[in-house]
Amino acid sequence: MSIEHLSPLVRGADETNDRRPGTPRRGSGFLDEPFTLGTTPSATVGPYLAIGLTWADGPFAVAEGTEGAVWLRGRVFDGNGALVPDAMVETWQADPDGRFAHADDPRGASTWPGFRGFGRSHTVEPAGEYGVLTLKPGRVPDGEGGLQAPHVDVSVFARGLLDRVVTRIYFADESAANAEDVVLRSLPDDASRQTLIAQPSADGYVLDVHLQECADQGMVETVFFAV
Amino acid sequence: MTGTPDRAPRPASDSALVLPRYLLEPEDRRTPLNYAGYRSTALRAPLRSPVDLPQRLTEVTGPVLGEDRLQPGDSDLTLRAGGEALGQRINVFGRVLDSGGRPVPGALLEIWQANAAGRYRHVVDNWPAPLDPHFDGLGRVVTDSLGRYEFTTIQPGAYPWGNHHNAWRPAHIHFSLFGTAFTQRLVTQMYFPGDPLFWQDPIFNSIPASARHRAIATFDLDHTQDNWALAYQWDIVLRGTEQTPFETDDDGDVA
Repeated sequence: MSIEHLSPLVRGADETNDRRPGTPRRGSGFLDEPFTLGTTPSATVGPYLAIGLTWADGPFAVAEGTEGAVWLRGRVFDGNGALVPDAMVETWQADPDGRFAHADDPRGASTWPGFRGFGRSHTVEPAGEYGVLTLKPGRVPDGEGGLQAPHVDVSVFARGLLDRVVTRIYFADESAANAEDVVLRSLPDDASRQTLIAQPSADGYVLDVHLQECADQGMVETVFFAV
Repeated sequence: MTGTPDRAPRPASDSALVLPRYLLEPEDRRTPLNYAGYRSTALRAPLRSPVDLPQRLTEVTGPVLGEDRLQPGDSDLTLRAGGEALGQRINVFGRVLDSGGRPVPGALLEIWQANAAGRYRHVVDNWPAPLDPHFDGLGRVVTDSLGRYEFTTIQPGAYPWGNHHNAWRPAHIHFSLFGTAFTQRLVTQMYFPGDPLFWQDPIFNSIPASARHRAIATFDLDHTQDNWALAYQWDIVLRGTEQTPFETDDDGDVA
């Protein structure tokens, strides 16, 4: 049906004018792709994170005095080799049996009462180091029929980081397990692997985090992961 | 309500471990680590490309944190040290969802912000705006069974920060969330609609343009409280798991 109008621009306007002939103008009313919402973008914690993110019990993934507990400690450095005094380090790990107190661990619940598995510590001066008291994790299946070496997943947050950065802590006294760990083996060279391996110390283990390389001071950038 | 997500444990599978897989937002809709306009990134943002970490048990699990992290009064930031904070009272509310649209119940939200004058209660913040003896800027809430949260605070002020000449941060509230898996951890900032400072703020503009609207709350007159407080809605979306597009019987017959 045509419209009575003086202008041919109006009279001639019909569906043959579709810019993309053949494409439907109406949706079907059904989702033909998985429904997804866009995720909220991350932002930096900024310099004042201590207001909102300080927990008195943060460093204690396990209670003080627990048998076998070790301190994981280290400092965080920037690209000038300077201490980062306003970073927050969070740790997440399996219990000594390699299990997680979590519904998505298909092998069932952890049997280590009082073990939180999670630690949070700020690198506040004068010490300038993080410290988390925990139990050394056990080995966890790697999904390919083998076992991963004992490891701790680490998130680092700071002013100047627009998102967290993720790394791992492995243990120097687990060399046999480390040698067959799929994640460590996937790294290009031994220098990269060494950035993830904590060394034994007087009260546990020590591993520094280097946000960037600082060649002047012989510092290698820590391996960070995309999860 | 407890802090434990209302989910049944997944059954153990026969041979392989069947684990959820968390989807990653396309890179052009995620905040990049390096953003030249934000000067502090120069010496702190890693320069090497991150190595892909397969999602295994450590990554698909996470700390279960909930009501046990709360103190009485944590959801009302306007009442501290026995008195009322100065400023425009606002209710901030919304839902925490995953990218599949599923609510995240029992999720801990940690919140911090500047006071009405734009000053943080922190030794490093010493610009000449007044502190408020009745405002510490710290809040905590846990989502309910439908993933909803709500807290009362005062509208934070803008403040100068020295990133460049006459640099001002738009008013914002910091949020920290865990979700239920290590992969879902999120720290972010909520902004207010129509802020005239957006254009000059590199932290806001580091978010790709196509995703910036997700960081801005919506004014909601319906949720205001008469004679009490204005209201802003902000839904937070964490990474969700891969979904099966549709379900069929095991033999593959589709009715």
